[in-house]
Amino acid sequence: MINPILILDMFLLLLVAATAIAVITVRSLLSATVLAGIYSLLMALVWTNMHALDVAFTEAAVGAGISTILLLGALVLTKRFANREAAIHPPALAICLVTGALLIYGTFDMPTFGDPNAPIHQYRVPEMLDQEVGKHPSAAPREQGHAHAGHPQDDFNGHVPNTVTSLLAAYRSYDTMFETTVIFVAGISLLLLLRRRREGEDGVPASSAEQRGEPREGSQP
Amino acid sequence: MSDAPKSASPAPSGPDAGAQMSQQTLIRVVAKMTIPFILAFGFYVILHGELGPGGGFQGGVILAAAFILYGLVFGADELRRRIPPPFIDACMALGALFYAGVGLASLLAGGNFLDYGMLAPEHAGDMEAKGMSLVEYGVGLTVASVMVTIYLMISERRSTLRPGEKAQGL
Repeated sequence: MINPILILDMFLLLLVAATAIAVITVRSLLSATVLAGIYSLLMALVWTNMHALDVAFTEAAVGAGISTILLLGALVLTKRFANREAAIHPPALAICLVTGALLIYGTFDMPTFGDPNAPIHQYRVPEMLDQEVGKHPSAAPREQGHAHAGHPQDDFNGHVPNTVTSLLAAYRSYDTMFETTVIFVAGISLLLLLRRRREGEDGVPASSAEQRGEPREGSQP
Repeated sequence: MSDAPKSASPAPSGPDAGAQMSQQTLIRVVAKMTIPFILAFGFYVILHGELGPGGGFQGGVILAAAFILYGLVFGADELRRRIPPPFIDACMALGALFYAGVGLASLLAGGNFLDYGMLAPEHAGDMEAKGMSLVEYGVGLTVASVMVTIYLMISERRSTLRPGEKAQGL
């Protein structure tokens, strides 16, 4: 009996591959942007199928949502069609093929998907998944003597059933903090580079209607 | 919406093109109906980040999507009027500051940086979960405001303000 999930997965991945090929072959940038959104939506379905809900969430929200809008916004400022290019670029094709082959070679060392004897299912994860679910007062105590005495092996004492959040916000909270800082710095850089400044300020040359080569805009508020 | 009839005005062009979409009743009504639900879902995802899928980042992006939808339909200037850019800038910094502040608070309480349990040593386990929620709120605030900023910056047509031009919310 063939696993129906496997059939669904293969169907979705074929659609993903088809969309990816369409993205790079289509010349209209608008079509490419919309196809990239479809690609992200299909990937979100693949992640959901693999029970990676947090990844699916991010893929749908960022890939299919925000980045499509931002690409459309960038499209307003540029041309509608890409320049015609050679269909095959040999060095790029060679690099892609070699990298892809290396990655596939790397997967040979990985345990089979869902193998119960895989290290990830033997170490730590069973204890984490056996935790009681929900925020409740009966969690494992940590108050004998120093706060870290009697600290049970699971660091979050059954309070955070979402393992991904536990990892991101507790085990790897430094990492997450500086990820947030990276996003913040990106916002600051955008403000510094793109915020509109008044003409005639320091470093902002003043322009006149004649210089811009356009008729005087009478309806300017 | 008390939109005055705009039959007298010529076809929008150039800087006014953003106003065009808000004249279509269907888009306006659907956007107004969906935006509250998108916002509620975004807050839900942020607040339940430690219990279910999602978290600060995903919820923040969903919140930003609601604001961007508003900006797409009613124009970026209208969005700037509703949430002034200085406010968004402040939120951007406050989110990251809040995250680091939680870490600093646990440092002052005698633990390590970002050791949430030390904020309430009698209920260290509870505080561990609460600390994770707190930093997720910070992440959500930063991500939402940065995404809205990116949209606002990209949607601007000209890089400068001409003399005599009124700056919207600057």
